[in-house]
Amino acid sequence: MALQPYASRLERIWYYAIRGFCVLVLICLVLPIFAIIPISFTSDTMLSYPMPGLSLRWYIEFFHSVMWTLSMKNSFIIAFATTFLATALGTLAALGLTTANFPFKGVITGMMIMPMVVPIVISAVGIYFFFAWVGLTSTHLGMILAHTALATPFVVITVTATLQGFNRNQIRAGTSLGASPVTVFFKITLPQILPGVISGALFAFVTSFDEVVVALFIAGSEQYTLPRQMFAGIREKYNPTIAAVATMMIIVSIALLVTVELLRRRSERLRGIRQ
Amino acid sequence: MSHTHSSAQNLTTFDGTPLKEMLQRAERRRKIKAAGLVAPLFFFLLITFITPILLLLYRAVENPEILEVMSRTAEAIQSWDGSGIPAEPVFAALAADLRQAHKNREVGKAGKRLNYDITGFRSLLNKTARKVSKMNPQPTSNRDAIVAIDKRWGEQRYWAAVKQAAKPYTEFYLLAAVDLERDKDGNIVQVPAERALYLRVFVRTFWMSFVVTLWCLLLGYPVAWMLASLPMRYSNLLMILVLLPFWTSLLVRTASWIIVLQKEGIINKILLWTHLAPNPIQLVFNRFGVYVAMIHILLPFMILPLYSVMKNIPPSYMRAASSLGANPIVAFLKVYLPQSMPGISAGCLLVYILAIGYYITPALVGGPKDQMLSYFIAFFTNNTINWGMAAGLAVLLLTATIVLYTVFNRFIGIERLRMG
Repeated sequence: MALQPYASRLERIWYYAIRGFCVLVLICLVLPIFAIIPISFTSDTMLSYPMPGLSLRWYIEFFHSVMWTLSMKNSFIIAFATTFLATALGTLAALGLTTANFPFKGVITGMMIMPMVVPIVISAVGIYFFFAWVGLTSTHLGMILAHTALATPFVVITVTATLQGFNRNQIRAGTSLGASPVTVFFKITLPQILPGVISGALFAFVTSFDEVVVALFIAGSEQYTLPRQMFAGIREKYNPTIAAVATMMIIVSIALLVTVELLRRRSERLRGIRQ
Repeated sequence: MSHTHSSAQNLTTFDGTPLKEMLQRAERRRKIKAAGLVAPLFFFLLITFITPILLLLYRAVENPEILEVMSRTAEAIQSWDGSGIPAEPVFAALAADLRQAHKNREVGKAGKRLNYDITGFRSLLNKTARKVSKMNPQPTSNRDAIVAIDKRWGEQRYWAAVKQAAKPYTEFYLLAAVDLERDKDGNIVQVPAERALYLRVFVRTFWMSFVVTLWCLLLGYPVAWMLASLPMRYSNLLMILVLLPFWTSLLVRTASWIIVLQKEGIINKILLWTHLAPNPIQLVFNRFGVYVAMIHILLPFMILPLYSVMKNIPPSYMRAASSLGANPIVAFLKVYLPQSMPGISAGCLLVYILAIGYYITPALVGGPKDQMLSYFIAFFTNNTINWGMAAGLAVLLLTATIVLYTVFNRFIGIERLRMG
C-alpha cells in the first residue's frame, strides 16, 4: 500500500519505520549466507574477519583432497540419479492423480506427501533399519532410493499445480487422431507441462544435493556426500575448506533459484496471470 | 450422468452395444489407466518409505529379547502369580536357559533388556549365568542354589521385571518415552525425578518450536505485507532475497551462522567496536544460536504463505476503513488482520510442523541443553543402540506431527504447501 498524500506525520514515520524494519529483516535473511563467501578466500587458517590476505589455497586444498572430491562426485551422482527417478515417478503419478474421479485420491495424495511431512530423523532411522536388513546401507543405490522417496513429493506437487492449467481434451484429440499414448505424452502433454516438470526436477535435485540426515545414517564413508562431509567437518575441524565448499554450493543454489524463478514467470506469463 | 440416464439406455453404438455400457467400460478403462500411472510411485513409496516407518513404529512395542534368549523361563514364569518369588520349576528353567545362553554368548542381549527395567540386572544376569554354568553336579534345589549365588534373586521385583519382559509385546518403551513405568505391582507410575528426562525434552521441543514460530511471525508479517504492497517488479526482485535462503543448503547456512556468531565473529567484532559489550559474548553453541539459525531457516516458510494471502487483500479496504473514520491501528486490527488470518495460520502451522522435527541445526549450533526430540531418536539409534526407545520417541514425535498436519490439511489444505 503506497503512502497516501493525506497521511499524517505519525503515519509517515510509522510507514518508513516499517519499511526500514523490513529491509533490515531481508538483509538479515541474505547477509549471513554471503558472510561465508569472503572467508573462503582467506590466506589464513582462521575463520574470522578481518582476513590477513587473499588466496585460493582452500579451493586448491578442496580439489586436491581425495575425501572432498569423492564426496562431490557422490553428491552429483546421487543427486542426478535421484532427480531422474523422482521426476519420472512423480510426473506419472501427478498425471494419474489429476484425472477426474480418481478413486481414494485424498488418501493416496496424502501418502505421496508423507515423506515431506514426516520428521526427517524418523524417516532416516526407519530407512536405516530397513535398508540394513535388506543390505542397502553403505551403497549408492540405497542413498539414491532413500533420496528419491524424499524428493518425489516436490515433483508431485509442482507437476500437479502445472496440470491445473492443462486442457485434457488435447489428449483426447491426439488419441482420436491416432497417436499412441506415449506419443501423446511426449508430443502434447510434456511440452506444455515442461516448466512444472523442470521445477519439480530441480526441487528433487536440491532435496538430494542438500540432504544430510539420511546420509548420516545410511552412507558409509564411500558414499559421503558434500553435506555429510561438511557435517563431519563442522563438528571435527572447522577450517576454511568448508567455507570454500559452502561458496560453491551457494553458487549452485543461485543457479537453481534463478532457473526456477524464470520458469515460474514464464509459465505465469503464458497462462496470462501476468501481462 | 443421471439426467441422461433414460435416453442413454435407448442409444446404442455402431455394433449394437448400449451406449451406457460402453461409457461405463470407457470410464473403467480410464480409471485403470490412471491407477497404472500412479502405481509405480505408490509401490515405490510403499517399499522404500511406508514399510520402513511402520517397521520402526513396530519396534516401539516389540519385545523379543527374553523370548529368544530365555524361552524356557519365559514360559515357566507365566504360571507365577506375581507374589513372593516363583517356585522351583521357574528356577530350573532359568538355570537351563542361562547355561545355554552362556554357551551361545547371548546373556548380554537379555541382560541389556532387563537392565532397562532395573539398573544392575545386566551384571546380575552375567554373574548368575557364569556361576550356573560352573555348577557341577546339578543342585537338588535350583532355587536355593541361585538365591545363594545372589540374594537379589530372592526379591520379588527382579522376577516381576522378568515376567514383564517375557511378553511378546511391551508398552515399556512408549511409557518410558513419557517418563512413566510399571512398578513391581504392575501399576503405571511416574519414574523417579532423577531419571525423568523425556517429558522435559518434549516440553523443550514444543516450547522452542513455539518461540521460533512466534519470531518468524513477528519478523515475517511486516515483510510479507511490504512485499504484497509493492509493485510487482520490486516485489519480485525482493522475493529473490526471501527465496535464496530457501534454496541454500541447510549446512551452508548453519556453517555461515557459526562464522557470524562465533566469539571472533562479525557480531562480536561490532559489539566490541561500538563498546556495546566489554567482552565477546557467547552467541553460538547455546539456545540463542539455535533460535537465530532456526528462525533464519524457517522464515521463508512463514513469509511465502503470508504473502500469497496478502496479495489478494484489496488495498481499497484499508482506505475504505480510514475514510469511515477508523484510525490506522483500528483499521489494521478490524480489517487487515482478520483477512490475513488464513496466511497467519498456514505459516504458523507450517513453521511449527517443520520446527518440531529439527535435528541438524540444534546438533551443530546448540549445546547439550538445546537438543530437541529428534536428537534423542538419533542418539538412541546410533550411540546407545536402544532401538525400542528410539522407536518409542519416534511414535510420539510422529503422532504430534500427524495431528498438526491433519489440522493443517483440514483447515488450510495441502495445496498451500507450494514452494517458490
